[in-house]
Amino acid sequence: MTEPLSFELSRRGALAPRLPEAGVTAPEPSQVFSQDQLRANPLDLPRLSEPELMRHYSRMASMNYSISEQFYPLGSCTMKYNPVVNEAAATLPGFADLHPYQDESTVQGALELMWRLERALCAVVGVERVTLQPAAGAHGEWTALRMISAYHHSRGDNRTEVLVPDSAHGTNPASAALSGFHVVEVKSGPDGRISLPDLESKLSPHVAALMLTNPNTLGLFEREILDIAEMVHATGAMLYYDGANLNAFMGICRPGDMGFDAVHMNLHKTFTTPHGGGGPGAGPVGVKADLVPFLPTPTVERTNGHLKLDFKRPQSIGRVRSFYGNFGMLVRAYAYIVAMGGDGLAQASRDAVLSANYLRKQVEDDLDMPHEGPCMHEFVASAHNLAPQGVRALDIAKALLDRDFYAPTVYFPLVVPEAIMVEPTETESKATLDAFAAAIKEIVAEARSNPQALHDAPRNLPVGRLDEVAAARRINAYLQGLSDDPVLRWKPAPK
Amino acid sequence: MSNERRYTKTHEWVTVDAKTVTVGITDFAQSQLGDVVFLELPSIGRKLALRESFGVIESVKAASDLYSPVAGRVTAVNDKLTSKPELINSDPYGDGWILKLELTGDLPGDLLDEAEYKKVAEAGAH
Amino acid sequence: MPYLVHSDEDRTSMLEAIGVKSMDDLLVDIPRSLRIKALDLPLGLSEHETMSQITSLAARNRVFPDRLTFRGGGVYRRFIPAAVAAVTSKPEFYTAYTPYQPEASQGTLQAIFEFQTLIAELTALDVANASLYDGATAVAEAAMMAHIHTGRNEIVVAGYLHPEYVEVLRAFSDGRGIKVRKGTEPGPKTAAVIFQQPDFIGLLVDAKTLTESAHAAGALAIACVDPISLAILAPPGQYGADIAVGEGQQLGLSPSYGGPHVGFISCRKELVRRLPGRLIGTAYDQQGRRGFNLALAAREQHIRREKATSNICTNHSLCALAASVYMTYMGPDGLRHVAEVGFKRAHALAERLSALPGWEPAFPDRQFLNEFPMRVANGPAVIRKLARKGILGPLDVHRWFRELKGVVTFTCTEVNDAQALDELVAALS
Repeated sequence: MTEPLSFELSRRGALAPRLPEAGVTAPEPSQVFSQDQLRANPLDLPRLSEPELMRHYSRMASMNYSISEQFYPLGSCTMKYNPVVNEAAATLPGFADLHPYQDESTVQGALELMWRLERALCAVVGVERVTLQPAAGAHGEWTALRMISAYHHSRGDNRTEVLVPDSAHGTNPASAALSGFHVVEVKSGPDGRISLPDLESKLSPHVAALMLTNPNTLGLFEREILDIAEMVHATGAMLYYDGANLNAFMGICRPGDMGFDAVHMNLHKTFTTPHGGGGPGAGPVGVKADLVPFLPTPTVERTNGHLKLDFKRPQSIGRVRSFYGNFGMLVRAYAYIVAMGGDGLAQASRDAVLSANYLRKQVEDDLDMPHEGPCMHEFVASAHNLAPQGVRALDIAKALLDRDFYAPTVYFPLVVPEAIMVEPTETESKATLDAFAAAIKEIVAEARSNPQALHDAPRNLPVGRLDEVAAARRINAYLQGLSDDPVLRWKPAPK
Repeated sequence: MSNERRYTKTHEWVTVDAKTVTVGITDFAQSQLGDVVFLELPSIGRKLALRESFGVIESVKAASDLYSPVAGRVTAVNDKLTSKPELINSDPYGDGWILKLELTGDLPGDLLDEAEYKKVAEAGAH
Repeated sequence: MPYLVHSDEDRTSMLEAIGVKSMDDLLVDIPRSLRIKALDLPLGLSEHETMSQITSLAARNRVFPDRLTFRGGGVYRRFIPAAVAAVTSKPEFYTAYTPYQPEASQGTLQAIFEFQTLIAELTALDVANASLYDGATAVAEAAMMAHIHTGRNEIVVAGYLHPEYVEVLRAFSDGRGIKVRKGTEPGPKTAAVIFQQPDFIGLLVDAKTLTESAHAAGALAIACVDPISLAILAPPGQYGADIAVGEGQQLGLSPSYGGPHVGFISCRKELVRRLPGRLIGTAYDQQGRRGFNLALAAREQHIRREKATSNICTNHSLCALAASVYMTYMGPDGLRHVAEVGFKRAHALAERLSALPGWEPAFPDRQFLNEFPMRVANGPAVIRKLARKGILGPLDVHRWFRELKGVVTFTCTEVNDAQALDELVAALS
């Protein structure tokens, strides 16, 4: 099925929606503004009637896979169920219609929600305070590194390096570089965990922080985390926690207790706020006492039951976005935490770990398992065993799409060739897990008997594999003025 | 100085003709990158230090920095690569050359010969 | 427990299948000293109790009717067609993940491709990206683009750019050794001049001159614009700006106490490779069918890692979808109409306010679109009085700008009907 672009469906004669008239005596824009100040070329936007518009978007929606319909075992993404009641909560007029510049006395409920969410997140991860300002995970990560940088500067300490494991997500080194640090990679050992000897060789008074995910991107718990924390702190550096994998151990252990100074979290992963096709999310950051003075401004403070925004924070790193945070997402996460409670969150992590180990067991003979179990809430397999058949992780991913599953993460982490990272989460039934395992077995069998079928996948979707190289070349041609097709937007056919 | 190709650990190759050094990336490097779609290259006249990063080479799935194997001044850039970056894949040692430098001082002592580079490439492959 | 699916029988049989006796065998890597008994949180609640708690928090907030809201400052009450929520609440859109498997994500990819085209058209520039978090981070990202493109270290902020956007720009710049200076004259170290049109207090600036002077100094011109204003006012491409950024909240998003909203960025084609974040482009499959895909991914953090222009990993996709629906619903005529109604009502209101004793236009010789500054003694007291009468009055901008003592800004949009204007004026008399 295909669906034309709104621009292609547009018709000259289609009427604009009926809108209220001004109903006042006032000049026309052309009487107030000069020719220069007015738009010269009329806007060329699509004209569609409402029935056509709704049909257009509904057809596009049906071309998407989504967690509402398909199992999404994306490693490190925690694609768990998005509770529908959270949508009702966030869209209450008492939240949705609040202007951010309303007087604080008129938004006590909103501030109380933020304060309570902060307390709850502090309890889950074991820190003193949490900033709810960052709009996304990468944004939160950068915010944490800015705070760490400010901390060192406040002590007259000019530290220029940040250590990042070779298995780290790409945002880790990117955020570090954007915070003004030089990035140094630390190797993983053969057991998939960070190599302590290599870490030791790279620690020095130049190092501002070590960034770690725990469990790491291979789904393995860093057993020596207490030693690691001690080593890092002994050199005066800080320990940063990337919360992508927090779903592994809520209620079981806490990053704060492990020695992490800054703890980053993703509300759109662990705390169910919906992914929306790529955002919005929220990336709160928890901090221990030493980093509290550097939190972004404003913070939410509560005295005698009265809430206020605190703008008087002289050592703050400033603002990282406008207003106070992705408030609508904060409401959703808060509703989830209230519904689950401490007991529910702990059971969620336990079920997540159980499901991942169960699924790993089901497919351990079909795919390569580069590391020993048990895993935590996710595991990394490899399609390397199918190399003799010329079949790659990409082929497996596409073949899963044909079988009505969204594919797991592939080609990450970089330390495992042909990596397939699987995270089932706690909201998938055993029957779903069994069906997925069966699909893997079927695909692996097909790899051995008819690998071409996998190279041709997917065949059941609106499009097959897209030629990215040709697309990149067409973009090049456009950027060099050799072609009129912009590729990155629709353009009307030349007259 | 002979005309035979020498290599760096970061997968660039050089040939030398009097004071002119021609630079490109190796066959191994292009196979790792996949189809090259874009290069960001320096302007003519730019001075490069030994191992200074002088540009970026992009495929759809990867982007790699290019490091100058010698110290020198850029005297020529392969213009064909602007519209046909795929030359790097099809002919990395010939038509896919990237730039020419006027050498400053001597050739660095740690350039690898064919056999030494082969070992580096094999270790890097997975 | 809510949202969990395994029964105790399931758990037992899964443990057996794995071949372990208990969960402790799976948690064996966690040092005993780190294990906690329970989280220091209340126990979970039923859905009814949960919603009770949430609604009582919502009830502790005061909602001003949109027709009686005259405050702007970057977030505005607008008519949001029902079609917007009807589309964004489709689970196929709101529960979908980032479109890394394009074949299974054509709905999202096409919708965002349409968004990119709409923004490029609105701003009259060549290419727009798939959206950013908000107007503030969009301004900061554009400044970073200019820094990388020109190799220069200074950003000049000309005139009244939204003060929170300036704060965010400073936070981004601090990390990269870039200086932010307020002024109008770019110099040899200037990477870009940034200005807002209309500015934070609603006034039109001389965008053409600011752009030309930036170019004369070898700097880029970055215009931070109100998207609805572009239906009437000259778009950045028309006066030669290099990059356009802004906040898209007015395009179908609720105020929601400040977020989530959506930032947009567009630029001339020469700068496309510097664009941060996601870009969606067309691509074809083996059968020649047109699809949409993430393009120029090699710019992004997951590939460039520490060499990426930005660390941005995501966009505000669902918000961009809402904006897309809004702009498509309105069409060029609807958008123009909405801009004109706001313009007319604001001008009518300004005239009526100027006739009240104690009130005068703060900058009588300057033009405005639908947000304008007035001067009055004791603005805070006036605002409090209006609030008691159920009106969300103007914004006191003295809070951010010392030189603007006594200045408050009013906004009118299509939701402030003529009668609401009467009520406001009556309340002030």
